[in-house]
Amino acid sequence: MNADLKIALVGNPNSGKSTLFNVLTGLNQKIGNFPGVTVDKKTGFCKLPDRRIAQIIDLPGTYSFYPKSRDERIVMEALADKSNSAHPDLIIFVADASNLKRNLLLYTQVADLKIPIIIALNMMDLAERSGIEISVDELASKLGVQVIPISARNAQGIDELKQTITHASKIPLQVDSIEVEALAPQLVQQICLEMQIDIPYIALQLAHQHEQLSFLTVQQSDRIEEIEQEFSFQSQKSQATETITRYNFINDVLFDTIHFKADPLQETISNRIDKVLTHRVFGFVIFFAILFLIFQSIFAWSAYPMGLIEQLFVWLANTGHQLLPAGVLTNLLLDGVLAGLSGVLVFIPQIAILFAFISILEDTGYMSRVTFMMDKIMRKVGLSGKSVVPLIGGFACAVPSIMSARNIENWKDRMITIMVTPLITCSARLPVYALLISLVVPDKKVWWFINLQGVALMAMYVLSIVSAIIVAWAMKQIIRSRERGYFIMELPVYRMPRWNNIALTMYQKVKTFVFEAGKVIVAVSIILWVLASYGPSGRFEKIESQYQSPVYTQKYSAQQLGLLKESARLGNSYAGILGKAIEPAIKPLGFDWKIGIALITSFAAREVFVGTMATIYSVDSDESHLASVREKMHSARNPDTGLPVFTTATAFSLMIFYAFAMQCMSTIAVVYRETKHWKWPTIQFAYMTVLAYIASLITYQLLK
Amino acid sequence: MNLSQLKPGQKGIIKEFTDLEMSVKLMEMGCLPGECIVVERFAPLGDPIAVTVSGYQLSLRKHEASTIILL
Repeated sequence: MNADLKIALVGNPNSGKSTLFNVLTGLNQKIGNFPGVTVDKKTGFCKLPDRRIAQIIDLPGTYSFYPKSRDERIVMEALADKSNSAHPDLIIFVADASNLKRNLLLYTQVADLKIPIIIALNMMDLAERSGIEISVDELASKLGVQVIPISARNAQGIDELKQTITHASKIPLQVDSIEVEALAPQLVQQICLEMQIDIPYIALQLAHQHEQLSFLTVQQSDRIEEIEQEFSFQSQKSQATETITRYNFINDVLFDTIHFKADPLQETISNRIDKVLTHRVFGFVIFFAILFLIFQSIFAWSAYPMGLIEQLFVWLANTGHQLLPAGVLTNLLLDGVLAGLSGVLVFIPQIAILFAFISILEDTGYMSRVTFMMDKIMRKVGLSGKSVVPLIGGFACAVPSIMSARNIENWKDRMITIMVTPLITCSARLPVYALLISLVVPDKKVWWFINLQGVALMAMYVLSIVSAIIVAWAMKQIIRSRERGYFIMELPVYRMPRWNNIALTMYQKVKTFVFEAGKVIVAVSIILWVLASYGPSGRFEKIESQYQSPVYTQKYSAQQLGLLKESARLGNSYAGILGKAIEPAIKPLGFDWKIGIALITSFAAREVFVGTMATIYSVDSDESHLASVREKMHSARNPDTGLPVFTTATAFSLMIFYAFAMQCMSTIAVVYRETKHWKWPTIQFAYMTVLAYIASLITYQLLK
Repeated sequence: MNLSQLKPGQKGIIKEFTDLEMSVKLMEMGCLPGECIVVERFAPLGDPIAVTVSGYQLSLRKHEASTIILL
């Protein structure tokens, strides 16, 4: 769509900016990333009353321009750099009417960039209820801009806002809030002159932020540094002075435009809720109950739709095999591409459910209370209070959980959370553990009620939590960050969730996952398919002729022969050859080449282990046949020694390997997407593999 | 006296800050010299704390609160 006008939404976090964005654009929006960072860039289109089309850009919510995190930098880059793709013709400043003073601080900074601006005074209803009276006309005339009272939540005032946009002036009319040059006269002049900037406040911000702004060349940045040295400019001090000067201006503006009547009712309700929700006992009880509900829902509610998706793909593959001519291309399409697609789409229910819960928790204001309660514990191991939800979500699946780590503002906390989340026992490990435990742990009860198999399974879960904590602590020591960790955070008043916002979040997260991570997953599926279905020339033909000899055809039925052939083919495929190649390396862990194949193929997803084992030991892989896989594995003997392959030592060593190893291409794909760099998934893959190897080695050698 | 020494329910008036970098962040969040600040509650484990300032609630860690000097 071609836009006639570009509009940016700017405002504080929790000011209702995103709600206004949703109201203005509806479903007509898309989420991308700002270049080089994983901050959602939401853009959408809005039809104006005069039939013009406006492109709306939702910039990240910030409290000021000063660089505390990447969010401020993005806002600065979009507004100060005319060549930026998000540089607007008009700014709608969304201000929370119930907290006008603090909101106006950012407003005065934005206004000084001299881009035409309109104020959307949001949450007027809330302000009135808490006894705040604002004379809108007075405010507008003092600031020299149009002020439109709205309630984005109830979609009130939106028509007026659109009208105002239509008639908005093309030249900036806002009055100057402070005299910017007075803060650093020579410095501002010099930068304006050399960089050919005509807006003093941009020059001042360049002095503050030049190291981080991507639109400056290295030479320009160095030159600004020199100018700073020349005039002995102190960034922090100047920021403090500027903030105080701005607040003086704001106090003048608000002196006779805002009136407080007594008795703010809303506050006390929120406070009363907080007395329960952050209570030292009930607070934790309620929190864990909510987590339990989330965890249960991801498991229980997603099982049925996931089953349907899987069935659909099985049906598609079967129908495809019947309808399409047999051949390499059909096999590639159905067993490679289609299998890959099903591997992507099967995650949709879990992602949708987790994000429904997360956006309800965010929307109501409960998430900031979780952070508030958990911060002290989590900080000790290098995480933040906000890491709790991704980590717990990791019990179901690391993929949506890593996506949800985006809510953690602090870069280092976020990276550590992403790095340790895959250690948590996800649901894909469950079939592997179930199979191996049933193989070697006796189904016996001790003390009447404790089932040994249950104990073994629980031990695996506990192990995953402990290892995540230890690794997080280690990473806290290793990862260096320039960002200073603040915890100063707004605790918004409790509100009802907005259901259409939640539906939108679910839809967008699913879409992002399918299109972005999906590409990598499909590609890896195809590679794995090739590895498992092809071998060096000649080998497959030999198998064919071997099983056609009467020795076999007389002894076995056609179906059994097919399975035997398949198993022999896998053994001679590239995957099989790889398995044999890595056998010397995995022998100390108690694994043979057949397990080696499973390790390679279950890189696609851990649960593939069961399927691969079934193929290698040639049985139908079907839920109801789990017992028969187990029997075959149980009776499998080492051809050299004649001893069983799956001893207690091997089975536990294998479980430990699956506990630590990064055997999930979906996770790798999503980590790449969320970190924007192959460095992070590579480090993660490496450390987890090393950890898995060492832990399995120790386990096997101890139990042997 | 600094903010971290107050108990829940107690209030004070902000006088100044001891940490320049932190003060910029605090001021943009509405903690200004002359503002009244009320400690609402402590987190269940004693840290961080929740305060009300300029009409809304803020949570901050105790060591951050200790940079706010009260009158």
